[in-house]
Amino acid sequence: MADLPKADELFKSINYTPPSTGWMDTPVDTSPGNWCYPAKAEKLEYLGFPNPREWNPADVDWKLPENWQDIVHEGFKERLDKYRSLKVFMDICVRCGACADKCHFFIGSGDPKNMPVLRAELMRSIYRKDFTMAGKILSTLTGSRVMTEDVLKEWFIYFYQCTECRRCSLYCPYGIDTAEITMMARELLHLCGVNINWILEPVSNCNRTGNHLGIQPHAFKDIVDFMVDDIEEITGKRLNVPLNEKGHEVIFITPSGDVFADPGIYTFMGYLMLFDHIGLDYTLSTYASEGGNFGLFTSADMMKKLNAKMYAEADRLGAKWILGGECGHMWRVINQYMDTMNSELNTLEVPVSPITGTVFESARQTKMVHITEFTADLMKHNKLKLDPSRNDHIRATYHDSCNPARAMGLLDEPRYVIKNVVKNFFEMPEQTIREQTFCCAGGSGLNTDEIMEIRMRGGLPRGNALKAVQEQNDVNMLSCICAIDRATLPPLANYWAPGVDVCGVHELVGNALILDGEKERETDLRFNPLPGKEG
Amino acid sequence: MNALYSLVLVFALVLIALFGVGSAHMAGLFGTLLPYVAVAVFLVGFARKVICWAKSPVPFRIPTTAGQQKSLDFIQHDRFDNPVTPGQTFIRMVLEVCCFRTLFRNTKVELRDGRVTYASSKFLWLFSLLFHYSFLLIVIRHMRLFFEPVPECIAFVEMIDGIMQIGVPRLYMSDLLILAGLGFLLGRRLQDPKLRYISLVTDYFPLLLIIGIALSGIYMRYFAHVDIMAIKKLTMGLVTFSPVIPAGISVVFYIHLFLVCVLLVYFPFSKLMHAGGVFLSPTRNMPNDTRINHHENPWNDPNIKPHSYEAYEDEFREPMIEAGLPVDKKA
Ligand code: SF4
Ligand code: SF4
Repeated sequence: MADLPKADELFKSINYTPPSTGWMDTPVDTSPGNWCYPAKAEKLEYLGFPNPREWNPADVDWKLPENWQDIVHEGFKERLDKYRSLKVFMDICVRCGACADKCHFFIGSGDPKNMPVLRAELMRSIYRKDFTMAGKILSTLTGSRVMTEDVLKEWFIYFYQCTECRRCSLYCPYGIDTAEITMMARELLHLCGVNINWILEPVSNCNRTGNHLGIQPHAFKDIVDFMVDDIEEITGKRLNVPLNEKGHEVIFITPSGDVFADPGIYTFMGYLMLFDHIGLDYTLSTYASEGGNFGLFTSADMMKKLNAKMYAEADRLGAKWILGGECGHMWRVINQYMDTMNSELNTLEVPVSPITGTVFESARQTKMVHITEFTADLMKHNKLKLDPSRNDHIRATYHDSCNPARAMGLLDEPRYVIKNVVKNFFEMPEQTIREQTFCCAGGSGLNTDEIMEIRMRGGLPRGNALKAVQEQNDVNMLSCICAIDRATLPPLANYWAPGVDVCGVHELVGNALILDGEKERETDLRFNPLPGKEG
Repeated sequence: MNALYSLVLVFALVLIALFGVGSAHMAGLFGTLLPYVAVAVFLVGFARKVICWAKSPVPFRIPTTAGQQKSLDFIQHDRFDNPVTPGQTFIRMVLEVCCFRTLFRNTKVELRDGRVTYASSKFLWLFSLLFHYSFLLIVIRHMRLFFEPVPECIAFVEMIDGIMQIGVPRLYMSDLLILAGLGFLLGRRLQDPKLRYISLVTDYFPLLLIIGIALSGIYMRYFAHVDIMAIKKLTMGLVTFSPVIPAGISVVFYIHLFLVCVLLVYFPFSKLMHAGGVFLSPTRNMPNDTRINHHENPWNDPNIKPHSYEAYEDEFREPMIEAGLPVDKKA
């Protein structure tokens, strides 16, 4: 990381003119810094994934299985039969380039292979060769090529420079979703044992301990107790937080990043305070202590396996419905996949807010409500006692986390919540928010330090928009509804817009909530003095 | 380079027709047999491709949401960008297919004064729309060659198209507009370095082919003044399955017809299938309603089970009990 260039140097190095050599003739750069560390053999073994071994992407020999070409070919064929999306997307791109400058990785790097269209062409060229008549006969003329080790390496580099954020899909006239293509390419790479540790380790932890970080149940309880202590110190109130308890109405599931890392923990404290304030009959679970699902970045089967825990645990504990915390791809999985994959496990009831009586019709089938939907409803019905002035030291903007925004359409609920608890709220430029939002550049399992430069490049559009509101409106807080964002945005903000902090929406709620019988607060949830209480 | 290959290819096609009819006197082949083959290949190929797509399931609903979801009553739902009913989805598709709505959104990124800037960029939208609608008009106009008497609606389209009343024969607007559209699409590909970089022979070839078709058509109509009655005799013969080759048809017509045949044959095997594919695109043609309604994944594997709670408790029972967490089985 020492050689990460300064922000303005990096900016100046961006050049949108492609190299003079054609993309098929431009060799892929596998030097360190261009890739995330490969998955550890033991993680693959534990999960039963193929070809566990020690290997290094910088080496020439990747220790692929002998028949890796057949494996890829067969896997490709299988997925074409399983997914119409893949088949259609392989055939109908007209290379109009409308998507080309929509990817944050291209905007920040200028590397033409980061144009979504070309990223997909890396795979399409093989599709044409293997599965179309024209491609078989007239290879170079139709842009097809043979699957070689170099192509596979290129896949590894560039399909792990896509955060599956789906921004490109928004602009494609045919809705071609490069994220879908990336997902398929990664599945094929997995079949040969080519994958990254920053995804596989969380997957394996999540399977075993219930969460990505490998927090075991007793440690989980300790962490919750610490937070209860902190809340007591700030508010003078000791909260009771049920863990693994049967017979409660609601089970609350949030990404483990909220439990573990700063600044997510403040958001977690906000949840706990909210539940106490409204007297919600709920429990947490240590077994299903992860909302995020890195299976989504691995394979459809693994996604299902991890996701199934939510229903299984809700059923075991006898909850009526599930409340979900602030998490990005967790909500993509819940919105797009969960019921289709796991409906047979779902014994829950249609969610009804016990406080307002609102029936969450939009979650009739999955039985899972997003916390900003839940809180917005509480606020609309005036069920919360709030003192927004406690957030007066905060000048906030809001980052639409990609997945809830573009795979779900959760845009106004968080804004409604924020505006009820923060007086100073400012939107970033129009082309960078709501459905056009820019990725944090660390999603889909890429928030690892060894590719910091790639992340900072990809973070340019978001950082730039943030800088704009920082300069214009003195914004000092970037709020978001994703635990990955809460991990990836701080370094990004630090790089592109130093001085801006990152928080979850429910941290702001926690600050503003007036708990029954609480003492006069002197600090916010971060132990920073409240306005007027300094010194 | 790829553009040049494509140009050579189109020229070769012109020459084939030129010599085929002009010197080799194979008007029968070019005027009757080839059109039949081409239409057959087009229809069968198109249908096969669509069926091939349709055979793969859409296991999951993955619409790209471009607006606010349907949720609480007081939050305004964006019905056509985030549809939840088939009706709303239908309108989304109509707007997409008929108005190219997504392209309308297009923006352009530039680096300016140390900033990334995003400017609206609607040229691609405008010229693609021009191209596609002119093409449609022209196809409809040509239908007069296949009907006797000519149906009113076709005559009407023709009337509208020539409403400017310029010159003899009357100038059709669509002839100019299609050239403008095609010219822009080609120019853009050649001039923008990013686009040039991603463009394959298969991107230039159809453009140049259609330009060839348009130019030969325009040449016939406005400059060569071909014998339209003879041509109609030929086309009527084709549709009534009693093909005739009337005398006196200029060779330009055969070139035009041959290029059209090539286009028809080429169509189902190329990116031109976006015409069919856009209707099947899973990110656009599905409502965003998986939290509301159940959908089936035909290959869902019921044997995939989560790591069970029992196994979890077995592994961590002792520390759980010690920490005071509830357990199902005491020790
Ligand atoms: S916008 Fe769509 S059709 Fe155009 S190049 Fe990109 S993926 Fe292809
Ligand atoms: S999904 Fe996001 S990261 Fe991937 S190619 Fe598209 S815009 Fe880029």
